[in-house]
Amino acid sequence: MKNKKLLKKFTYLCALHYRNFFSMNILSYFVAVPLMMIVLLFLSKDLKMIRTIMVSGSVVLLGLATVLVVLFIGERSSGNNAQMLFTQTVEWFKPLNVTYSVGVDGISVAMLALSAIIVFTGVFSSWNMAMAKEFFLWYCLLSVGVFGFFISTDLFSMFMFYEIALIPMYLLIGLWGTGRKEYSAMKLTLMLMGGSAFLLVGIIGIYYTSGHSTFNLLEIAQNLHIPVEHQRWIFPATFLGFGVLGALFPFHTWSPDGHASAPTAVSMLHAGVLMKLGGYGCFRVAIYLMPEAAHELGWIFLILTGISVIYGAFSAVVQTDLKYINAYSSVSHCGLVLFAILMLNQTAMTGAVMQMLSHGLMTALFFSLIGLIYGRTHTRDIREMGGLMKIMPFASVCYVIAGLASLGLPGLSGFVAEMTIFVGSFGAQDIFPFAATNTFTTTLTIVACCSIVITAVYILRTVGKILYGPVQNEHHLSLTDAAWFERISAVGLIVAIVFMGFYPSSVANIISDSITPIIEKLAMI
Amino acid sequence: MDFSNFWVLEQEILLIMIIIVLFFMDIFSSEDRKDTVFYGTIISLFYITIHGFFVVPLHEYAIGGAFGGIFVSSKMTILMKNVLNIATLLVLLQTYSWLKTEKMRKQSGEFYIITLFTLLGMYIMVSAGNFMMLYIGMETASLPLACLAAYNKSQEKSAEAGVKFVLISALSSAVMLFGLSFLYGSVGTFYFEDMGAKILTADPLTVIGLVFFLGGLGFKLSLVPFHLWTADVYEGSPTSVTAYLSVVSKGAAAFALLFALYKVFGNIEVVWQNILWWLSIITITLGNLFAIRQKDIKRFFAFSSISQAGYILLGLIAGNAQGMASTVYYVLVYVFSNLAAFAVITSVENATKGKTAIDVFNGLYKSNPKLVLVMTFAVFSLGGIPPFAGFFSKFFIFMAAASAEQYLLVFIALLNTVVSLYYYLLIVKAMFIRELIPDAPARISSDVYNKVSMLLCVAGLLLLGIFGFFFYEMADKFSFGI
Repeated sequence: MKNKKLLKKFTYLCALHYRNFFSMNILSYFVAVPLMMIVLLFLSKDLKMIRTIMVSGSVVLLGLATVLVVLFIGERSSGNNAQMLFTQTVEWFKPLNVTYSVGVDGISVAMLALSAIIVFTGVFSSWNMAMAKEFFLWYCLLSVGVFGFFISTDLFSMFMFYEIALIPMYLLIGLWGTGRKEYSAMKLTLMLMGGSAFLLVGIIGIYYTSGHSTFNLLEIAQNLHIPVEHQRWIFPATFLGFGVLGALFPFHTWSPDGHASAPTAVSMLHAGVLMKLGGYGCFRVAIYLMPEAAHELGWIFLILTGISVIYGAFSAVVQTDLKYINAYSSVSHCGLVLFAILMLNQTAMTGAVMQMLSHGLMTALFFSLIGLIYGRTHTRDIREMGGLMKIMPFASVCYVIAGLASLGLPGLSGFVAEMTIFVGSFGAQDIFPFAATNTFTTTLTIVACCSIVITAVYILRTVGKILYGPVQNEHHLSLTDAAWFERISAVGLIVAIVFMGFYPSSVANIISDSITPIIEKLAMI
Repeated sequence: MDFSNFWVLEQEILLIMIIIVLFFMDIFSSEDRKDTVFYGTIISLFYITIHGFFVVPLHEYAIGGAFGGIFVSSKMTILMKNVLNIATLLVLLQTYSWLKTEKMRKQSGEFYIITLFTLLGMYIMVSAGNFMMLYIGMETASLPLACLAAYNKSQEKSAEAGVKFVLISALSSAVMLFGLSFLYGSVGTFYFEDMGAKILTADPLTVIGLVFFLGGLGFKLSLVPFHLWTADVYEGSPTSVTAYLSVVSKGAAAFALLFALYKVFGNIEVVWQNILWWLSIITITLGNLFAIRQKDIKRFFAFSSISQAGYILLGLIAGNAQGMASTVYYVLVYVFSNLAAFAVITSVENATKGKTAIDVFNGLYKSNPKLVLVMTFAVFSLGGIPPFAGFFSKFFIFMAAASAEQYLLVFIALLNTVVSLYYYLLIVKAMFIRELIPDAPARISSDVYNKVSMLLCVAGLLLLGIFGFFFYEMADKFSFGI
């Protein structure tokens, strides 16, 4: 009796002290829901319960994302012009001025929506996973990291969530992967952690050199200024740190191996969302906080991203493994994101964010379909497949749609994004030390444009080889088409791709507004 | 004589009283009732931890200098002693099964008493306000530790570990005393305060003294040029003693070094910062590189603990209050992380009759998922992966080093965390991905005390990170810079 009273008193005291933690705004729920799912998964017993938890949890997340988008548009149209909405700051480590602060602008809203869609579809793509409980535990932890990263406006919590998203990958690939999984898992983890080493030095550098010992992104961007001589080392460090995750040219080698070995849902989430963490970080941290250095040193990285774009596309042409083709195509497309960001103008940057969305959706679709095909044919070698259109028409049609989106067919998301990027970058003002006019950017843009042609080569080659032509293996004749859960996953993604293709202004407006402060900051110097 | 001085020694006197009581308990309890000593030790350690956290800081008389400044107690030293108390409590909880075995039962009572004696020595090291006192504390801590290392009397390896430890302790003491004599010759006093005031410039005599002093304590901390004993002693000692050596002994040495550097050599900061810069880099790097090749889990953790000691130095280099706070926080988190790992090793070792090869852990996830989860949390925390506490402590210690503008050092240390992550992931890989070995232990059942220890460690790992601001703020309030 007495104990119970004491317990009550204790919980009351705790609640009193931590009411900050419990009075959450909508953004914190994006982290809280996956955490709840982890706890429930721990307690779950059978497969049915696990599936129920995962489906309901991801539906809640999708709902949250929808509510957030609606609320965000509502706030903006009612004239709320603050840079970040739904902000909240909770003191954390007071002596160091470390806070847990959240807030979103249009870019983060778009990214959150993308993540919610892919987490949702990923659940259906991994419907029949072995050791489902453990798989989904790590999967949820991964999504905690992803959502947390996009809502953070504090560099400390941002970095923390970034690392939370990295480490589950090791076990997800190492345990459930295929092929050289142990090697790929280790390579991926170590390369990304190596990137985060650069990043962390950069973040600590920002903390001490900005003059006010704070990690708060907005405060640093709006009120403080990092001296140029420090920007010169912090900018490369942070850009490289995030760039490794965004598959920047010499550091992209983890991506093909990692994606090829990962299980379907993990490839989807990783190529679809995690690689976007890199692009998002590059301009939220590296360019936004260090505009002078971005002007001065951007050209070095611009050349690297140009190589990424072309090199990735050419590599995809010679691959015969479906996942490798798609992984190299991701290198090329993500290279385009970083390429556009470095052009430092509003149109190109808007295109970059749209490319992130578009690439996230279509690459997730690709990987889910490859998982579907591989699960049935037990091969990913395009030389051993053929005529799948007759055997599994639904999956094949979806594959064609994904391919067309990838090579930029008007009416699908890829066209909108790439068009915006190239329009923006062609006219980009030259900011580079050795050219007075915009010859440098124009040349690079023309080179990068060639990637579209090469993309068409490898997409059409793959589509023609595996979907049309004679059936290569007679065992394939008895294969079944997509099951209902696989259809949900594919249809969900296609709807999003088509929506973006037909109604791009809805997305572009939200994004473009939020890029204005970054452009203003760049123009101030 | 002014007896009121003794009040400053509140924690020490309490510990001595406990040792005496336990001693009589051990003498008068029959051979098959030695459990009482264990219970007595655990309860009293639990008590002094609580006492140290909540009661001692309230006593005005327990803070200040005693005997003319030879012994100093401040809120910081109380906090440090609490960290050591927690670590000792967690280690001793893990010893139960091992000391219940046929061979060990007869000598189980002394084990606790000897361990508490070393703890007393470490108290004195932390509280020293005079180099003689520091030396006495170090010896009080070292000799019983050698005895503990050789505790598995019937095993050759254990005896070897004991002998090696004695020789190395003697050598390091000699080196340190040699350095101290130089310092005495240079300034003519051993009191920290007086020395701090008198050492203003880096004249050769002082620098030589400083270097030898650092060497002496370097043996205790197992910094790299002085680390050669570590792997052998860690491998040969009983697992619980290894755990004790790797956290408590190391923590105490780090705290003692911290005070000595801050108080005595504060004016020649640049000199020891340069020395520590190199020491920490080679310690971290070599510790990491050697850890990769290890086949034995205890040797593995020996090298991992060497590299962790290198990270502790990053906090010392800062030379300001932030450095002190982050060092204490780092050591506390390191205590929980490392002891969680050692709790699992103890369990596995007990179940496999003393096997400590890493291969024993292969495929353990299939038979013992909970145990593996504890180990995974522990190595992730040691590797600095969020949301575990190790991430926060590493982050803060890097921030401390960066506050002294040591960006290059931070960067090299960070690259090393990638290397360390590699070998920590090797353990994870063995447990999760590898196949079971043929004669793998089936279900491992650990005793209840070891389970409590694991539970406390995991709770610490999870809570000290996200809710670690309690402790960090406390440490920050009590710290001071040069």
